[in-house]
Amino acid sequence: MKSSKFASTAFTHVALVLLSILFVLPLLWMLSTSLKPITETLSNPPRWIPSKVLWSNYPDAIKYNSDQLGYIPFLVYLRNTVIVTILTVTGAVISNALVAYSFARLKWKGRDAFFALTLATMMIPFPVLMVPTFSLFRWLGWVGTFKPLWVPAFFASAFSIFLLRQFFKTIPMELSEAAKLDGCSEFRIFTDIIAPLAKPALMVVALFTFMGSWNDFLGPLIYLVDQKTFTLSLGLSAYQTQHGGTPWNLLMAATLLVILPVIIVFFFAQKVFIQGIATSGLK
Amino acid sequence: MKRDLRVGLLFALPWILGFCIFLAYPVIASLYYSFTSYSVLRPPKPIGLANYQELAGDSVFHQALGNTLLYVAGAVPLATIVAIALAMLLNTKVRGMSYYRTIFFLPSLVPMVALGTLFLWIFNGDYGLLNEALRTGHIEPPNWLGDPSWSKWTLILISMWGCGQAMVIYLAGLQNVPVSLYEAADLDGAKLWAKTRNVTLPMISPVILFNVIMGIIGALQVFAVPYVMFPGGAPARSTYFIASYLYDNAFQYQRMGYASALGWVMFVITLALTILALKVSERYVHYETD
Repeated sequence: MKSSKFASTAFTHVALVLLSILFVLPLLWMLSTSLKPITETLSNPPRWIPSKVLWSNYPDAIKYNSDQLGYIPFLVYLRNTVIVTILTVTGAVISNALVAYSFARLKWKGRDAFFALTLATMMIPFPVLMVPTFSLFRWLGWVGTFKPLWVPAFFASAFSIFLLRQFFKTIPMELSEAAKLDGCSEFRIFTDIIAPLAKPALMVVALFTFMGSWNDFLGPLIYLVDQKTFTLSLGLSAYQTQHGGTPWNLLMAATLLVILPVIIVFFFAQKVFIQGIATSGLK
Repeated sequence: MKRDLRVGLLFALPWILGFCIFLAYPVIASLYYSFTSYSVLRPPKPIGLANYQELAGDSVFHQALGNTLLYVAGAVPLATIVAIALAMLLNTKVRGMSYYRTIFFLPSLVPMVALGTLFLWIFNGDYGLLNEALRTGHIEPPNWLGDPSWSKWTLILISMWGCGQAMVIYLAGLQNVPVSLYEAADLDGAKLWAKTRNVTLPMISPVILFNVIMGIIGALQVFAVPYVMFPGGAPARSTYFIASYLYDNAFQYQRMGYASALGWVMFVITLALTILALKVSERYVHYETD
């Protein structure tokens, strides 16, 4: 009995170690490539540790000047992405908190039916909405600006409403009732009592929205025209697809720079993140 | 009562507007556009069923549809198996669990474009890490990116790397399974496989259903990674999906009406597969009744 238990624990450990190597290897290979001189990226057998660690690949990637594309303004992409992401996260947190509050803690006719409809909309694939949404933004004269990327965030989204509503419902109603007896308006109850208590859930929404916005590719691809307005995702694909000549070491350095902020944010907010995802699947 | 309604609607106002402007209107408008000939420069002109009739005979669409369904059929079950297996490994109270969880989860954070770029390098035929490793093991590597019979599998394989989100959801589901059930199974002398089949899987079946449906919806829309890795759906359009064709029609060929018809076909397929998953699940999914 004892020995079989030991065998199964050993098996679990071996499996976990092997699998985690498999999962982490691509990231390490990216890091390794990004620090190599160009000649060593093509060495056979592959070299994991560069003979000389070239940190200068990073500034080189940022300043990369290609024949076909001209100067690639990495820092401009970064600035654009930061602007869009900050606006999107702000809009999403405010709007989803208000709406989820209404669905979770206010009683009104038709509320539950509308909430069911809201959940059902999660099934609508984005490509279906793409053409009319594009026409709408074109009619508004917003194509080529950041507005199509962040304005919709101020109008809430089904998934975030759902997540926040779950959390708001766990806060005892007595708190609201007591505040109401003290003459608090509903809006004051929301801003002064419920929103502060819901900080972890609001963090989850902020994080998910940050990820979605930082990673978004299709939106920028459709709406951004001028290279000076590109976001990192779109800029990276320009590095990569529009001509094949970018050296792999610089390309990997640029790719790593795009991923890095996401990984940093994840490490700071790991617990919130994991819990948020875990609850999204448990109704 | 009246006041309650007013306050409630006021708080929900962002979403009421968002629902109307960014969901209801586009869904209805795209249905209308799908019956028109429409380019950005000219207003939509009704042409009846012509777009749908053209779709029926459009070999590029057929290929894209076949590719998409094959991708869904490959990626969703594989991701389900991999994610559940990882979650079960992590649920065994081993030391360093949170450390492993981080490693398995991390890749799912990588932006699609970065993911495509990275794997273009790893699957590179001449210098890619993977082929070098295979050659070291005296295995002649397939042409991952250039062979039409492999390219889709390359994409499916890559999508496994990002199964961390589903894994975390499964893990949460596993941790909710009452220990007493396993103790009872132990008393009956149940082996690992029997416990998995009769206790674990039924208990997490609602979570599986949720993840499978989300997986189907996501996989049907696959776009960014193939767009980055396989320009134009190369080789031989083997990586050209419905979303790729829709994007090209709308924004490359200026055929917005045709693109809308494609969008509705995608929508109907999504609904059909979701309903299918729900129907199949009726026989297998176990809901806690309390």
